Amino acid sequence: MSKNGKEGSYGGSSMERLYNGLVKENPTFVLMLGMCPTLAVTTSAMNGLGMGLTTMVVLALSNMIISLLRGIIPDKVRIPAFIVVIASFVTMVELLLEGFLPALYDALGLYIPLIVVNCIILGRAEAYASKNPVIPSLFDGIGMGLGFSFALTCIGAVRELIGAGEIFGLHIMPDSYVPCAIFIMAPGAFFVLAALTAIQNKIRINGEKKGRDMSKIQSGCNEDCMNCGEKGCSHRFYGASGSPEKESGNGRRGKNAQAVNADGKGRE
Amino acid sequence: MVKELLVILISSSLVNNVVLSQFLGLCPFLGVSKKTNTAAGMGAAVIFVITLASAVAGVIYKYVLEKLGITYLQTIVFILVIAALVQFVEMFLKKFMPSLYQALGVYLPLITTNCAVLGIALTNVQKKYGILTGIVNGFATAVGFTVSIVILAGIREKMEYNEIPESFKGMPIVLVTAGLMAIAFCGFSGLL
Repeated sequence: MSKNGKEGSYGGSSMERLYNGLVKENPTFVLMLGMCPTLAVTTSAMNGLGMGLTTMVVLALSNMIISLLRGIIPDKVRIPAFIVVIASFVTMVELLLEGFLPALYDALGLYIPLIVVNCIILGRAEAYASKNPVIPSLFDGIGMGLGFSFALTCIGAVRELIGAGEIFGLHIMPDSYVPCAIFIMAPGAFFVLAALTAIQNKIRINGEKKGRDMSKIQSGCNEDCMNCGEKGCSHRFYGASGSPEKESGNGRRGKNAQAVNADGKGRE
Repeated sequence: MVKELLVILISSSLVNNVVLSQFLGLCPFLGVSKKTNTAAGMGAAVIFVITLASAVAGVIYKYVLEKLGITYLQTIVFILVIAALVQFVEMFLKKFMPSLYQALGVYLPLITTNCAVLGIALTNVQKKYGILTGIVNGFATAVGFTVSIVILAGIREKMEYNEIPESFKGMPIVLVTAGLMAIAFCGFSGLL
């Protein structure tokens, strides 16, 4: 936690990157990034794992390429350039899944192409890969991807266990258990996520009481799936006050961020 | 034809609600739902952008991607087209319709590449909708989004005065509300 905020000062060691993605900055459990796929595909542990690993592949490869191109892409057009790189990898992965894992392809459906707008990927490109060498960026992608897979598998397992009495299709609960099917339907996703964020809040409140730095928790985005990185739009909706107009400006990055901010304030 | 469009209209706006059953556009749904009027503004902007984007994406898919046989590039093309389209709409409104820009302008940058916009463009292709059906589907989906975000904002306004356990303040209670709304919307599935 002590190193947060300065991407450049991170140690470059690969193990440290993996640990960072899995535990310290776990995209789902700590940062709360990429909530749309998290809710949509975690109907079973298997689907969660499949989505997590698919995202990991895209994340690792796009991090690598973006890191290689970091000296070439001009600052002004970096977001569109990142998106093209990410979308290319997503298309490749989609075609590969369709060819070799049709069952997973059918289960994930629309959410595979939507990996493009998963803020974890653009967030990592912006916050880490565009500023760091290739090998650490690759491991950063793998670490974050593993963290995401781990989180999705856990959430999927909980939902499957309550909703169907199974984990990975294995019957676990005793026969007397009546599955609560709502948990593998849409409303269940909201309830599981509500419980998860409540636990995060609890940990944050307790940590803050002990004087620890808890600013990482829920510092992901909650408004715009695209214009968010690790720091770009943190604490907009967890802060005490501020109107959406004001807050909306913070999500914009790049050269026109100031202009948008000024516009937003002027219109109030 | 009319009957088919009507079925799409009802199923996309209520039965398969974009937020509550497909989890698309969740970020603005949770983020911009503190007050009813801002939620309505966001909803209006989403209706405008999604309808336009599904029209443009439909035309591009039919007359460019299919003609050239490069439909596998749809994800890349759609996301770039949508991003460019929203930027263009923003500039156009600013220049020629300042009053509409006043109302919607704040929200436009937020939905540039919202997953719902891309999601609808891809759904239209997946379900093999034509251009007109695609536009109706996009419009209906966006109406569904607006309905649910305005309802959520209304509930949240009331909830301001309630006593909520400390760790449930903020997002958790909003998510519980959304879950209950999702259960309520499950009731629409008997409609068709």
